[in-house]
Amino acid sequence: MNSPIQNQPINGILSQHTKPKPLNTFSAAMALGWRALLKIKHVPFQLFDVTVFPLMMTLMFTYLFGGALAGSPQEYIQYLLPGILVQTILFITVYTGVGLNTDISKGIYDRFRSMPIWPSAPVFGALLGDVLRYSIAAIMVLGLGFILGFRPQGGLLGVILAVVLVQIFASSLAWIWIIVGMLVKSPESVMTTSFLFLFPLTFASNVFVDPATMPGWLQAFVSVNPVTQLANASRGLMHGAPDISSIVWVLIATAIITAIFAPIALRMYHRER
Amino acid sequence: MNYAIETNDLRKTFGDTHAVDGISLSVAKGSVFGLLGPNGAGKTTTVRLLATLLSPSGGSARVLGHDLATEGAAIRSKVSLTGQFASVDEDLTGYENLILVSRLLGHSWRDSKQRAGELLNAFDLAEAAGRQVRTYSGGMRRRLDIAASLIITPEILFLDEPTTGLDPRSRNQVWDMVRDIAAIGTTVLLTTQYLEEADQLADRLAVIDHGKLIAEGTSRELKASVGSGTLKIHLQDPSQRLSAEALLQLVGANPAQATTEGLSIQVPDPAEAMRILQALENAGIGVAEFSLGSPSLDEVFFALTGKSQESSEAI
Repeated sequence: MNSPIQNQPINGILSQHTKPKPLNTFSAAMALGWRALLKIKHVPFQLFDVTVFPLMMTLMFTYLFGGALAGSPQEYIQYLLPGILVQTILFITVYTGVGLNTDISKGIYDRFRSMPIWPSAPVFGALLGDVLRYSIAAIMVLGLGFILGFRPQGGLLGVILAVVLVQIFASSLAWIWIIVGMLVKSPESVMTTSFLFLFPLTFASNVFVDPATMPGWLQAFVSVNPVTQLANASRGLMHGAPDISSIVWVLIATAIITAIFAPIALRMYHRER
Repeated sequence: MNYAIETNDLRKTFGDTHAVDGISLSVAKGSVFGLLGPNGAGKTTTVRLLATLLSPSGGSARVLGHDLATEGAAIRSKVSLTGQFASVDEDLTGYENLILVSRLLGHSWRDSKQRAGELLNAFDLAEAAGRQVRTYSGGMRRRLDIAASLIITPEILFLDEPTTGLDPRSRNQVWDMVRDIAAIGTTVLLTTQYLEEADQLADRLAVIDHGKLIAEGTSRELKASVGSGTLKIHLQDPSQRLSAEALLQLVGANPAQATTEGLSIQVPDPAEAMRILQALENAGIGVAEFSLGSPSLDEVFFALTGKSQESSEAI
């Protein structure tokens, strides 16, 4: 050593704690979920920029087209709001991919990988944080809805069930954006690529209008669009008339999407880089 | 000798690139080992292999007695890695970052908070603890990053280019940290492009280039293996320079170079320097001042690879 005099270690470097047991998977995911929570706290804009757009759409469609589409804005919002909830939450799923892309490009991914935790814990932690993000967004959308006169017939239980169902589907969709997040270079490209799919998917659905007046080819697409089924299920639950076939359809779609994309996403996440 | 790291013909290829091309080295427990080489020499890949972030394409290695290929989890529980880019979350505060890592390592929330506070104090980050890391300077980030690697005292700490991009003051702070860490008995393997850094910190160092080990030893040994030091002589009477040169030729010393106040001669060892000084004394040529310097590590690198660092980096 070059300077033996300085070699009195400063206090605190050496850990006084006994070496803890490695964290179990559930607690690791919880800790990483806490990280997602802190990110919302420190960077609220991250939530705001995906939520403000659906909120604007709600206002715009309700007052601009509500009267023409459903007789009155008051009546239209009953139809629109359960669908807007779907749109909002689906857009937020993109952030799972953005977040993982950022982790990898910034190097914190290396830190997680070199720690003795379950290697997939960061992915599940991110998904856990997203559930929280979905819930905050749902509260914002529903809050605006109530102010504008949205009165769900299904009561609180119906609304909660609808939100839960949308979240379940959203979590499966997030796997796809995780894959996108691994494939593209920057977080911005994750956004752009995902929105390229999400815009047509959410607009060519029955979120905004009844597809009855659409041309036949479009109606064909709208009817098989998972977003349509999800909007139907959400509407049914919120208004106290659950559409069982839509709900089952959504659950099956969730299972299929997860079964296909989750293994691919995890495999890509663990790939060497 | 008890080794913390032993590699045998370790290899890693990416496609056609032999990033690590058969490296065999041994790192003694408790030592600071420097891996020295230009950009793209394979330093980072070597460290990532040893920290189990990559799996080797060939060869073998034992880290703390565990086989690299089959006992990755055991190795991960005993080593820490601080990568080339600060692996902390920019959106979180320094305090939150350390708590998160501590929690993930298995400490309770309470212990995590306590340990985070301790390390922030130790590394002079207490004042910035509550600020988002994105507001930190490069040196602060680096210190936080290293602190995160010390939450559980690791048996080996891998530091990949710990001071690249730092200003001299921050660099000195990191150097002090490395010395402190070595003082608690942790083996440190650091990579660097800076010869001065390896000279300052490392007990032993290995020079690598194009994925191959080209020299290994203490910095003194490496300098010695290159052979010569430089003897600089200031004459009392500079007008005697010509006769001094003639004398040196007579006693069989290397050709001398004229300097403003005297001579400069390459010598193979200190004994040769003594002999030259004695010869001058005997001949009545007065020496006002002399110095015997070892070659710099830059010169060592040049002698070993046949090229300067700059030209190697440009490739």
